[in-house]
Amino acid sequence: MTAAASTPGVVIVGAGQAGLQTAEALRSGGFEGPITLLGDEPHGPYHRPPLSKAWLAGEMDAAQLVMRAPEMLAKKGIELRTDAAVQAIDRAHKTVQLADGSRLPYSGLVLATGATPRALPLPGADAAGVLPLRSRADASAIAERMAGCVEKNLPVVVIGGGFIGLEVAATARKKGARVTVLEAAPRLLGRVLAPVLSDWYAELHRSHGVELVFGAQIAAIDTDANGVRGVKLADGQVLPAGLVVVGIGVSANDALALQAGLACDRGIVVDACGRTSDPHIVAAGDCTARRLPDGTLLRLESVQNATEQGKSAAAALLGQDRPFTATPWFWSDQYDRKLQMAGLSTGADRWAVRGDMAAGTGFSVYHFKDGRLIAVDSVNAAKDHLQARKLLDAGVSPSTEQAADGGVDLGSLLSR
Amino acid sequence: MANITFIEASGQSTTLNLPDGWSLMQGATANGVEGIIGECGGSCACATCHCYVDDFLASVLPAPAQGELDMLDNVTAERRPNSRLACQIKASAALEGGVVTLPECQE
Repeated sequence: MTAAASTPGVVIVGAGQAGLQTAEALRSGGFEGPITLLGDEPHGPYHRPPLSKAWLAGEMDAAQLVMRAPEMLAKKGIELRTDAAVQAIDRAHKTVQLADGSRLPYSGLVLATGATPRALPLPGADAAGVLPLRSRADASAIAERMAGCVEKNLPVVVIGGGFIGLEVAATARKKGARVTVLEAAPRLLGRVLAPVLSDWYAELHRSHGVELVFGAQIAAIDTDANGVRGVKLADGQVLPAGLVVVGIGVSANDALALQAGLACDRGIVVDACGRTSDPHIVAAGDCTARRLPDGTLLRLESVQNATEQGKSAAAALLGQDRPFTATPWFWSDQYDRKLQMAGLSTGADRWAVRGDMAAGTGFSVYHFKDGRLIAVDSVNAAKDHLQARKLLDAGVSPSTEQAADGGVDLGSLLSR
Repeated sequence: MANITFIEASGQSTTLNLPDGWSLMQGATANGVEGIIGECGGSCACATCHCYVDDFLASVLPAPAQGELDMLDNVTAERRPNSRLACQIKASAALEGGVVTLPECQE
C-alpha cells in the first residue's frame, strides 16, 4: 500500500465549479495527498452558465459542457466519483458517510454543495412540466418540454423575473415559443438593477414578444393527466401553459453542515478565507454565507464566487490565508445583450447613466450610495464593466456628474 | 474538425482534434491544457482564455467582435496584435493546423 492510499486526504463534497476549483487549487498549491471529488449527479463538473442559454437552445452538445475530461482529472490525481451523494459528516471521526452506506475518511473536508432552487409552494407545483433550472438534467427536461410547446403552439410561462427566468424567456423566444413572464414585484430584477435599467429590460423583452405581468399573484398550477395545463392567478384567470419554468431563487445547501453542527445562517458561515467553524472543514461557492468585516453575512451565487472561494478554501486547507475580497461581478446574456455587473447595488440612492440607453449601443448605469460608487451595471459595454471593477477594487469613486459624462475618462481617476 | 496545437507558457505543446463548433477554450479546458481558464464557460465575460494566434489563424479568423476587443483591453498578460479570446474562436476545417500560444498568466 502506498503512503497516499493509506493516508486520508481531502474529500470534496460537490463536483461543481467550486468543488473542481478547490481540487485544482489544492494541486497547484502543492498538496500531494489524495483528493476525492464527490458529485451527486451522473456526470462530472460541467459549465452551468450555458444551461439557460446555448445548451437550452440546443446549440451545444454535452461534451462541450464538460469542464475537464475524466482522464484529465485522473492525471491530476483527482478521484471523481459521480452519483455519490453524501448523507452525513462525522466530525468526531473525520469521515463522511455516503448514500451507499460506505464511509470515507478525510484529513480536510470541503463543502461545495451548491444551492437548490426554491420550489413553488402552491397546489399543482409538482406536476409534470413545472420545472426549475439548476442542473443539466433540469435544462434538458425544459428543452424537451419547450420543443413540445413550440410544436403544439402552447405558451411557456416563466415564474419569476430574475436572471434565470429572463434568460429562459429569451431562449424560449429564440426557439419560437410564446412566452409570458410572471413577476410578483412591480419590476424585473428589482433587487439588483436600477429602476431605469429594469424598465429597459422590460422593454427589451416586450420588443422580442414576451408578455410581462407585474404584481402577479399565483394561486395554483392548473393540471391535467399530462401534467401542467396552465397557471391560475389569484383573480381566477388561468394562463394556459405547456411548460412552467420556476425561477424564484435558491436556498443554500447547508443541511449536511447544519446536521454536523457547523455554524450556518441561510448558508454555511465562512470567513473571507473559506473557513467554517470547524478547523478541518472549509466551504466554497453557492452554499456559503461569507462573514464580512462589518459582521454581516453575504450570500453570492456566481461563477466568480465559486472560483474565488474555491481558491481561498484550498489555501486555507494548506494553512495559508487567501481572503476573497475582490469586487463581486456577474453577468447575464439575454438576446444579443450582455449585462455585466460589478459590485453590489443594495442600498443605492442615486444613479447615473453613461451612454445612450435608447441608441442600441453600449451603456452603463452607475449606482451610488451616500455619494460613493457601489456598483456598475453595463450592457454591451465590457470596457465600462472592467474599468468599474478596477474602480471598485481600488475604492475610487467618480462623482455622479463624472460618471454620466462620456467625455470624462474614469480610468484616469485610478492613476491619481 | 480541426487539429489545433496549443503551446503552453512552459513550452509544453498539445495538439487536439476539435469537432466543428467547439471553441478553442472548450477544447483546451476539457483536455487539460494548462494556461486557459475559461471561468465564465465561454460567454466572453471573464477574459481568462487569452491566447496568441499564429499568422495562419490570424489570416483566416473573422475579426474579433467589439465585446471581445473590449475584454482584450483588460487581459492580464501582455496584449499583442494577435491576442484573441479562445472562447470566441470556433473550430472548423478552415482552422486546420493552427497554432495558439498561451500567455504566462490569465488573472
